[in-house]
Amino acid sequence: MQARQRDSLLVASLKDSLGGAVITFALACVMVGLKVDVASGRGAELFLEHRWFAVAVAVVTVFAGRFLMNMFFWKRDDAPSIGLSGFLPKGGLGNGTTSVLKYAMVALAVVLPFALMFWLGARGSRQYIDLAILVLTYVMLGWGLNIVVGLAGLLDLGYVAFYAVGAYSYALLAHYFGFSFWLCLPLAGILAAFWGIILGFPVLRLRGDYLAIVTLAFGEIIRVVLLNWYEFTGGPDGLSGIPRPSFFGLEFTRGEGGFADFFGLKFSSIHRIIFLYYLIFAMALFTNFVTMRLRRMPIGRAWEALREDEIACRALGINTTTTKLTAFALGAMFAGFAGSFFATRQGFISPESFTFLESAIILAIVVLGGLGSQIGVVIAAIVMIGGFEFFREFEEYRMLVFGMIMVVIMVWKPRGLISSRTPSVALSKNAKGISADLVQEGHG
Amino acid sequence: MDYFLQQLINGVTLGSIYGLIAIGYTMVYGIIGMINFAHGDIFMVGSFIALVIIVALGITAATPVLLLILALALVLVVAMALTAVWGWTVERIAYRPLRGSFRLAPLITAIGASIALQNFVQVSQGAKNKPLQPLISGGFQLTDGGADGSGFVVNLSYVQILIVVTTVILMLGFTYLINNTSLGRSQRACEQDRKMAALLGVNVDRTISLTFVMGASLAAVAGLMFLLYYGVVDFYIGFLAGVKAFTAAVLGGIGSLPGAMLGGLLIGLIETFWSGYFSVEYKDVAAFSILAIVLIFMPEGLLGQPEVEKV
Repeated sequence: MQARQRDSLLVASLKDSLGGAVITFALACVMVGLKVDVASGRGAELFLEHRWFAVAVAVVTVFAGRFLMNMFFWKRDDAPSIGLSGFLPKGGLGNGTTSVLKYAMVALAVVLPFALMFWLGARGSRQYIDLAILVLTYVMLGWGLNIVVGLAGLLDLGYVAFYAVGAYSYALLAHYFGFSFWLCLPLAGILAAFWGIILGFPVLRLRGDYLAIVTLAFGEIIRVVLLNWYEFTGGPDGLSGIPRPSFFGLEFTRGEGGFADFFGLKFSSIHRIIFLYYLIFAMALFTNFVTMRLRRMPIGRAWEALREDEIACRALGINTTTTKLTAFALGAMFAGFAGSFFATRQGFISPESFTFLESAIILAIVVLGGLGSQIGVVIAAIVMIGGFEFFREFEEYRMLVFGMIMVVIMVWKPRGLISSRTPSVALSKNAKGISADLVQEGHG
Repeated sequence: MDYFLQQLINGVTLGSIYGLIAIGYTMVYGIIGMINFAHGDIFMVGSFIALVIIVALGITAATPVLLLILALALVLVVAMALTAVWGWTVERIAYRPLRGSFRLAPLITAIGASIALQNFVQVSQGAKNKPLQPLISGGFQLTDGGADGSGFVVNLSYVQILIVVTTVILMLGFTYLINNTSLGRSQRACEQDRKMAALLGVNVDRTISLTFVMGASLAAVAGLMFLLYYGVVDFYIGFLAGVKAFTAAVLGGIGSLPGAMLGGLLIGLIETFWSGYFSVEYKDVAAFSILAIVLIFMPEGLLGQPEVEKV
């Protein structure tokens, strides 16, 4: 029946690998093999730098890699399954595991700064606590975005705009009116939520990809305005000297009346860092708490219903306008909180910090973690942001690897790392996790 | 009036470049319904490939005219071919495994591919922007500035003529390809119903790959034109150009080839007139606002067909 006889394993592998090698050569011959550089000193003349060795390495690597993979895995009928998927349980984590993991993580997060202090001392632990603060900021942003993308199914590519609104709200209110952090924190949240409604209102009719692109456009508009409204926002120079938060009125300063003085401790700059750590930790937990509570309320169920099927939602009498707007506003509010925290931590903000890349990273954390999964966001944030900072020395390559990892994880596990959902409402008492393949997302 | 004419010429030139990129978006969206977010970066890669070949061949403004034309044609062909390989590879690695997956998945890989491409070029070609001495200089002076006494001279440069003429030729060619060849027929079949097309013997995977290849090679043309027109490229040009070209595709009606070209022209004109008469700083805001306004009030675009909502 088979018209063409199948090539033997070796021949087939060789053919395939040769094809791969040729493609690699075509990709690399110009972009890697030749580098255009600007000659310094001789005007702006361009000259070429040859790097054929790198091309050869790339071609040989691809050839050998493909050949070996073909010989042992891809083209064999009795190929052993690759053990990679074995690291994660099939169909995601069960309920029991997740809740144990959850409490273990919270406990770890509570003791983390003191454990680090104990091991590494005040000086050595500072950079790690700083990193933990950064990770927690992204966890909070991820949880905030999870309301919009994971629960309500509205794909938002301009989330960083609300983060920027929060940061600039605090910085500008402190700059012009001298408001303190604790007064500005709720104000920044409210303002960001307000912007969420303003931007959310016109895009209600859009679905899926179109919504993504319009939110991206809004995010860029806000950034361009921040960049060019020089008199008000300082333009590309940004705003500096943003006041630090106080601990119930106690400033983290040396000397009389400061935090250290009040508690009879020796002054150390690490106090403020640890305080910031617990502050963002509490804010993140608050985000999670609100989200989990809302999921059990009518509005949360309406979000999830909206994600599954908008037309059915409307047919059942759910007001899709208010449902979408509340999701937008709440997501934006948490981004606003996180933004004002960012401003107070850095003490300096500029439009540079609020580029599209930032939105992409937050979205990647949500999607790679598993849409709608709170614990998945935490894991993805630790892996991505932690890994990102860990490879700080490879400044040039890490963004390249970051982009590739986004592709690889998505191809490998399209539903994210934690791909099971606990339904918020179930018929039987013992609700089982449902596979994410049964859940529709991104149609809103 | 003279100032208006000059802006019109500049706008049409810019619009041609956007239109060429927009075709890539519109074809891919038409056939698999996803926003190929990495397309802007494919355009950037095409621009770099063209730059490298130009420098490698040693083309300068001093090259004799006939030789210059031949060399540029060679650059164009090689850049189109190599960029097409890039487009094919991105589709093969990042999109094909996710076909049939849920809708967000290919968008995320597209963003990942976009970040990876940008940073790959930054690593391999350096972060500095690369200025290229103008290869084709001179042009026609349409007015001598004496007409209304303003002394404003309207220029129509050879590069602008080259860009517009090339775009028109390519557009005609592609319209023919889509309407009259078997490849175009299978593309339109896949667009309407992928499963049915497969049942009738159309190789769907191959057709989709070829769509990406065509889109990428047109992006390479746009890349070369961009390089000749502005004379400077860096690894970040893809993002803005990509978003604007996507706006053009949406404005013209996504999935429609003439729509993409029309949208490109409109976006180019709007951007040029906005910078010419209002403010240069906010020209991107103008383009983005148009995108939002069009999507909200006229989601099917100028020449597109309205999407029917099915249960």
